[in-house]
Amino acid sequence: MAGRLLPSHKKLQQIEGPATVSLFLIAALPFLGALLPGLMVKAGRNTCATWTGIISLSALIGLLVHAPAVLRGEVIQASVEWMPLLGLNASFYLDGLGLLFGTLILGIGCLIILYARFYLSRQDPMGNFYTYLLLFQGAMVGIVLSDNILMLLVFWELTSLSSFLLIGYWNHLPEGRQGARMALTVTGTGGLALIGGMVMLGEIAGTYELTELLQMRDVIQQSPLYLPALLLILLGAFTKSAQFPFHFWLPRAMAAPTPVSAYLHSATMVKAGLFLMARLYPVMSGTAEWFWIVTLAGLITMVLGALIGIFQNDLKGLLAYSTVSHLGLITMLLGFSTEAAAIGAAFHIINHATFKASLFMTAGIVDHEAHTRDIRRLGGLRHLMPITFAISVIATLSMAGIPPFNGFLSKEMMLEAAAHAHLGENAWLIPTLATIGALFSVAYSFRLLIHTWFGPVRDDYPHKPHDPGFGMYASPALLTVLVILIGLFSQPLVGHAVEVIAASILGNGAHPHVHLALWHGVTPALYMSGVAVAGGLVLLAMYKPLNAMWETAPRPDAKVIFDAIVAVVTRISNGFTDLLHDGALTRYAAIFFVFSALVSAHAYFGVDATQLTRTPIEAGILPIIAWFALMVSAACVVVYHRHRLLALVILGIIGVVVSLSFNYLSAPDLALTQLSVEVVTIVLLLLALNFLPEHTPVESGSARRIRDGVIAGGVGLGVAALAYVVMLSDFALPSIAEYHLANSYKGGGGTNVVNVILVDFRGFDTFGEITVLGIAALIIYGVTEGLLGSKVRQVLLERRPNHPIAGDEHPMMMVVATRLMLPIALMVGVYIYLRGHNDPGGGFIAGLVVAIAVLMQYMASGYDWADKRQRYPYHATIAAGVMIAGITGIGAFFNNMPFLTSDYGYFQIPPMGKFELATAMGFDLGVFLAVVGAVMLTLESLSRLAYRRGDMPDEYPMDINPSRAAVETTENEDKT
Amino acid sequence: MSVEFLVASAIGVLTAAGIYLILRLRTFPVILGTSFLSYAVNVFLFATGRLVVGAPPILDKYAENPVYTDPLPQALVLTAIVISFGMTAVVLMIALSAYLSGGHDKIDMQDETESEERA
Repeated sequence: MAGRLLPSHKKLQQIEGPATVSLFLIAALPFLGALLPGLMVKAGRNTCATWTGIISLSALIGLLVHAPAVLRGEVIQASVEWMPLLGLNASFYLDGLGLLFGTLILGIGCLIILYARFYLSRQDPMGNFYTYLLLFQGAMVGIVLSDNILMLLVFWELTSLSSFLLIGYWNHLPEGRQGARMALTVTGTGGLALIGGMVMLGEIAGTYELTELLQMRDVIQQSPLYLPALLLILLGAFTKSAQFPFHFWLPRAMAAPTPVSAYLHSATMVKAGLFLMARLYPVMSGTAEWFWIVTLAGLITMVLGALIGIFQNDLKGLLAYSTVSHLGLITMLLGFSTEAAAIGAAFHIINHATFKASLFMTAGIVDHEAHTRDIRRLGGLRHLMPITFAISVIATLSMAGIPPFNGFLSKEMMLEAAAHAHLGENAWLIPTLATIGALFSVAYSFRLLIHTWFGPVRDDYPHKPHDPGFGMYASPALLTVLVILIGLFSQPLVGHAVEVIAASILGNGAHPHVHLALWHGVTPALYMSGVAVAGGLVLLAMYKPLNAMWETAPRPDAKVIFDAIVAVVTRISNGFTDLLHDGALTRYAAIFFVFSALVSAHAYFGVDATQLTRTPIEAGILPIIAWFALMVSAACVVVYHRHRLLALVILGIIGVVVSLSFNYLSAPDLALTQLSVEVVTIVLLLLALNFLPEHTPVESGSARRIRDGVIAGGVGLGVAALAYVVMLSDFALPSIAEYHLANSYKGGGGTNVVNVILVDFRGFDTFGEITVLGIAALIIYGVTEGLLGSKVRQVLLERRPNHPIAGDEHPMMMVVATRLMLPIALMVGVYIYLRGHNDPGGGFIAGLVVAIAVLMQYMASGYDWADKRQRYPYHATIAAGVMIAGITGIGAFFNNMPFLTSDYGYFQIPPMGKFELATAMGFDLGVFLAVVGAVMLTLESLSRLAYRRGDMPDEYPMDINPSRAAVETTENEDKT
Repeated sequence: MSVEFLVASAIGVLTAAGIYLILRLRTFPVILGTSFLSYAVNVFLFATGRLVVGAPPILDKYAENPVYTDPLPQALVLTAIVISFGMTAVVLMIALSAYLSGGHDKIDMQDETESEERA
């Protein structure tokens, strides 16, 4: 039944054969697998790395299975509706762009996993590393496969968080922590802006599904919200992709272990911003705003990054600024908004990922072997590390854009596109700056090559370097092979793929024509390339004087600026927080009450008297007496609340009146529940009062009390008015009560509709509730354990009771009475449980009744005596209850029904006549056990605090027992 | 006087008493206050099903024209009552351990300088 009521919750919207399922699986695999490394690391570092690799590899294979279809131009979709009203659906789709990024993330991910196995030392917790890596990988895959932009945002934030863990992996290093914080601050802030921009975009388009949204170019670009949405989205993309002026976090993030840098800064994290721009390209690009902002940001970043890169002495720092520069290059291409530029961008994303990942890894190898990454302390390594040198030289030449490697091809495409780009009326600025960027890029590439590898072999390396084992250079070597192959055979290898990718960047049904070749004839780009290479080499030749100039030139230090901004923001927010949160919790509560009363007051004045259409029920004398009792009791509690015990007793009266009112107002189940909970609550509070002071001291002056009284009175008046209006107005919408009443017997097989709702219609809620109750009891148990394990235990043992203890702690009358009542009370419990489905009663109430019966034994006969006779630990009772309820629910699966659908039938058992059995009984049994366990565990925990030094375990249930006295007397007589 | 008025005023008084107690400065009155507030909220939720006398939602197949009150708020309130017990117990336990380990049962956080001066 439960399932039939809630059809829309988990409906599979579309399943297009087995292919669609695997998109979910691809996105989920890294997350599911993230637990494995932590477990597997116990079995050794190889096992750990192998399993991590298997996870990534299977996700990669899953993705590549779709590749043929995507390359044919198909788009693969998978979606599950989650909250359709909010537009929040779990929907994925895979097109050319998604395939490109997915392959980069998972493919390079596999290589990084292999590399990291050999890079990390024994002291590094490898399980953590791979877990973070897989979390990050999953988040990245999620971004590129998401169809729903809200889900994309969730994954986006996940990348910021998991990259924080990765960058700060060496958390013993201050640079690592600072770098991670800076990265998180910058990308996280950008992420917040992005949320705003994406939500605006979704609101403009009226849909949050990318596949639909990307068709609405005109609607989006004509909207007045286009510009704010664009700015916010670009803020998100620029911070993530380290575009000027947010480029400063990327080099700081180099404090991370090299595998992380290689992964985050070649293929994944920083490319997420590019991905986003490429993804939204069909609807955002082409406008003047887009062209100016994106092109300029990209251009400045490209030139500036390359310039700073030349003067970096840290290998990874150089590569970091080079990454910034290349990201700028791709951003600029996207800004151009032309077909040729989009093709160039797509191609350069591939090429940059291959040579840059390879370069980061070789830099890591140098660091690993020579124990330094400072270019000034290196040089002459080509003789010592020939294999690493070979890898590095090819990747570096590709980075510099030297033929025949792949970097040359896409750089040519960039220069070609730049040659045709106009900045407003100006036709020479972009080509010139692009050439200068390329020139700088040649300069830093050759500096890396010559200053690290060439020159004489030195004898002052911190550690004598040599080539590492195969495991460590396998990954960069493989990428370098790709660098060569893509360079030489670009058109047959990736030509078609680039076409498909560019088509999905351009969107709107574009069919770009791609022709990749090393030789394009004599074009402007070739001249520009030539100038760049020559100029770059000249620049390098003049490195020494230039470096001296650079060192003396004033440069703003991004870290100082960043720290200053952070310090100011921290000061402001601290001041704000101190102003609002002064530690006076009661003040917060008062503010909360006043505020909510004021807000609701607005609604009160909208009521008109004609709305009160229901006929009031005339009150007899009994309700008025009960009302009077309640009023007086409430007043008494407020007046006498300083006398805690008295207040507690009067509270009990209120509970009883509430319970009676429930009964009067046609809610027998509620009356029973309220009554039994009341008993348990009062016992609980009494137990606690044992340890607390008996009186509340007078602390607040009369002004304060009057203020509180006014607040309380005002809110009370408001709530009373609200309740009155609600009770006398008719339902605004037809109530679903009719459904429950009509189907209770037919569908749930019971005539007590409240109970049927609990165990059947809304069984899932109840299941959650007993779980929560169990958790609450376990928390209390845990807190008790914590207290008993701390210094508090001493305080408790030495505690003086508030009152002298009665001589007869376990009075005979009470012991006998409770003992006699136990079986009767248990029987009542069973009876209430059994009748529950058709008459007032049920698992909740039965559980409370049985708990009270057992509780009485503790109270009368002492903790030790009762505990000794208690065979089932209460933890187990809770667990059994929740499990029985769960298993009963799962049972519905065998009936081909949703979780917790109940079934019932009538059975003839000869002496008892016709008998109804419903599976809901099993569920109710679970409820019963969970309630008994939770209540008893709570009270038992609390009573364990009551031990004092010198307390003897109660040997007998009764302190004074005539029969025992007689036996003891005879024993004594025997001895004499 | 109508029953509705009685119930509404009772809810109001329970709320007011609860809030007044919650605004006290020691833990125990606050716990009493939350109990009051639980009563008020439970009765209020129950009352949203509108008040009906003598029509419990127990199906009677022999009745001619049976009238039943709305069972749904009842079911919701039933679990709410049990959960509020769990909540009271947890809050109580936290208050208790704070008192036992901190030595006082004040609600408001002490100013650091102030407590240093005292120590």
